[in-house]
Amino acid sequence: MTENKKQNQSKGVKRRKFLKYTGAGLGLMLGGIWLARNPLRRAMLEMGETTILPYQGDTNPLLWLEVRPDSSIVLHSSKVEMGQGTFTGLAQLAAEELEIPMERIRVQHATTQSGNIDGMSTGGSMSIAALWTPLRELAATMRVMLMAKAAEKLSLPPDQVTLKNGVFAAGGKSLTFGEVVEGVTDWDIPKAPPLKPRASFRHIGHPIRRVDLREKVTGAPIFGMDATYSDMLYASVLRPTHIDAEITNVDTGEAEQMPGVVQVVREADFVAVVAESQVEADNARLKIKFDHQPNRNWNLEDVLKAVTVGNGKKTVFQKEGKAVEDISGEGEIIEMEFRSPIGAHAQIEPNGAVASYQDGRVEVKISTQVPKITRAEVAKALGIDQKDVNIIPTYLGGGFGRRLHTPHAVEAALLSKAVGRPVKSFFDRIQEFQNDTFRPPSHHIMKAKLSPEGKVLGLEHQFASGDTFFNSALDPGISATVLRADFGSVRGGALIYDALPHRSTYYHVDLPFATSFWRSLGLLANAFAIESFMDELALKTNQNPVSFRLDSISDENPYGVRAKKVIEACAERAGYRDTVLNGRAMGFAACIDGGSPCAQVAEVSIEDDKIKVHKVTAAFDCGIAVNPDLVKAQVEGCICMGISASMFEKMDLKDNKLSPVIYGAYDMALMKDSPKEIDVILLEGVDYPGPVGEPPLGPIGPAIGNAVRRLTGKRLTELPLDLNQKNTADPA
Amino acid sequence: MKINFTINGINKSVEADGDSPLLWVIRDGLDLKGTKFGCGKAACGACTIHVDGKQVRSCSFPVKYAEGKQITTIEGLSGSESDLHPVQQAWMEEVVPQCGYCQPGFMMATAALLAEIPNPTDEDIDNNIINVCRCATYYRMRKAIHRAAELHANAIAQQ
Repeated sequence: MTENKKQNQSKGVKRRKFLKYTGAGLGLMLGGIWLARNPLRRAMLEMGETTILPYQGDTNPLLWLEVRPDSSIVLHSSKVEMGQGTFTGLAQLAAEELEIPMERIRVQHATTQSGNIDGMSTGGSMSIAALWTPLRELAATMRVMLMAKAAEKLSLPPDQVTLKNGVFAAGGKSLTFGEVVEGVTDWDIPKAPPLKPRASFRHIGHPIRRVDLREKVTGAPIFGMDATYSDMLYASVLRPTHIDAEITNVDTGEAEQMPGVVQVVREADFVAVVAESQVEADNARLKIKFDHQPNRNWNLEDVLKAVTVGNGKKTVFQKEGKAVEDISGEGEIIEMEFRSPIGAHAQIEPNGAVASYQDGRVEVKISTQVPKITRAEVAKALGIDQKDVNIIPTYLGGGFGRRLHTPHAVEAALLSKAVGRPVKSFFDRIQEFQNDTFRPPSHHIMKAKLSPEGKVLGLEHQFASGDTFFNSALDPGISATVLRADFGSVRGGALIYDALPHRSTYYHVDLPFATSFWRSLGLLANAFAIESFMDELALKTNQNPVSFRLDSISDENPYGVRAKKVIEACAERAGYRDTVLNGRAMGFAACIDGGSPCAQVAEVSIEDDKIKVHKVTAAFDCGIAVNPDLVKAQVEGCICMGISASMFEKMDLKDNKLSPVIYGAYDMALMKDSPKEIDVILLEGVDYPGPVGEPPLGPIGPAIGNAVRRLTGKRLTELPLDLNQKNTADPA
Repeated sequence: MKINFTINGINKSVEADGDSPLLWVIRDGLDLKGTKFGCGKAACGACTIHVDGKQVRSCSFPVKYAEGKQITTIEGLSGSESDLHPVQQAWMEEVVPQCGYCQPGFMMATAALLAEIPNPTDEDIDNNIINVCRCATYYRMRKAIHRAAELHANAIAQQ
């Protein structure tokens, strides 16, 4: 290597940092808030609603993009694919700047040992938004690097080389990507060139077919549960069947005698059977005898009583108006209460991992949203260095927030170490339902004061809920102290109707079972309370619910202009009418989540004493839709999953036992319950992509409830929506 | 015990406890991972396969009853790699899958439905396609089922 080249290389290494975002780590950010407390706390909680957390990871294009000898490109993605279409969107961003046809790019999950580790996990609907600029810069940089090598090989200056449709050409000669990289071992990493202008996009903004489509229609073995090692054993871990109870008097005598059992392993935190097959492991585990020592008795009513406004740690996080009771002058106070239940993730692929431990190193194949955290936890539990742990993320058979917690990776790794062979360890369905990290239940009090003329003098949202972010794997541990309000549970709880004096107060309650991230977090429950109440206020004051909302959002609201456009577009597209026609009514609702406004109209009838949703119209502004077809797929999925969560799903709790523990009994929307028509229109209020996968979950529940209100005169105030529910509010 | 059956056109002889669910014999014994475990209680349909042309939830089907039967899994639904089954073609055209985990079960259930009712109404679909999809891709799935019926009819007409 010449002296000159060495210099270039060291420069190259320094330059690698050029793309690194300066986004402060969450811990640092929280530390800053602590110093200033309340005003900043409020700002932080509101910011948490809309901020895109930047990409925090490696920025070497050579780690991200691999040019294969056949000129195909492999994108090693630090974001995981759980159905949201991230792989396709990221492939579009990279292919755009690399000037290659889409069929030339493949995407696979980056393993933690390949170096491309993402500090921000996959969640919050932020993958495309966070990588929008960094990934295009990486690909553009790669393009310049390839251009330089192509020029060298063609013995022509780089500015004479052209790149079109994945082929370099100059002076009548051409080179493929594979030919350019052949034999090259040293790469100088230059400064990122300017990005392509919007007008020349060939992939971004087009409905490219999913890159994982064929694998998914042919049943390819791509999921965590499909992972194997030769010589692999199967484990079944004993898990709690009761909440807030200790497992005692574990007797594994009979289990040890069961056919196929290789070993019963007792670790500090768990007991597991390891056997030759899954069936044998599960059968033997069911023979383990044990007792439960409950710390206290819990029933659902105890939980509901605890989750009630007034209990727990109080945080006022919007203060742009007085408490409704303190508003002076003549007027009527309207007050309504709402509740949402404990919700299960119920993702179809159970949790689990396949681990292979050998000589102080371990490899784990797993469906995880947090490869970095999974790695840290495994390394810590095994007392080995993080570099000796390789997490190999697989496709996720559903994420929805459930895969942000992966203690089962630690279990599989410890079991592999204990038995000296690779081990596959998975939950069964009953264990999934009993040990989920549930969506916390919530209680809401909505209040407004109306002047004698029907003007809204003040609007207030008070609500109580449990952990979402707090005590999660992502929580640096100080959040509860610093923020008091859990910004996951608060999500969607801020009132967007800033033209009215408004105030929001949150009460954080500790629950006796694990609750955490569930797709859209607090939005589902908060939007239900707020949007049902807004509808009631519109009825009470004889206003059209669409124009009432439009009038209640100011132009100073940072998302106000976009939200109003979305509301108008949705009402117009649906032909919204405030009257019942041929037994069908329309319900309107809207929200702003993560900075992406969404409005929906649900067309509903009552058939055989049941709510029937016929059609849903949605307008959604996520900024640039990198792949409009997949954005629409997310909106459609959110609508149908939202119908499931807001019309059917709920967990019960009796004598410390959560139920149901099986599909069917845990009632979910099926084909028959999904609307025959879903009409989605996309607006583009900003010139960058915003969150997609969660915001459309907000409006659907209240939109249905608002339609039911027009059909029956009854205001349903509890999720899941049930025409026979006891707690309904009197008609206005 | 020894059990003999044909799976995706190939004769197999497996050694297994007769009460073991067929699902695990297919997944771990024969290494065909397209048939998924979801619940183990025939409640979600992720493990749907065909036994003598009828849809069966293999997690709750003891392997001993597979003796002498013709079994088809998602891997054997199409004749060849290049020639997808009309249901798979329709699934591609409508871009149905999101996470994709439950989709083989839905496609197997749909193929069985079309064999019985070649041109199903929405009501037929509602009554017969009762698997669970957590990504809730039902809207596109319904479109794909109608499209598959069309493709199926076209294929028959051409024969």
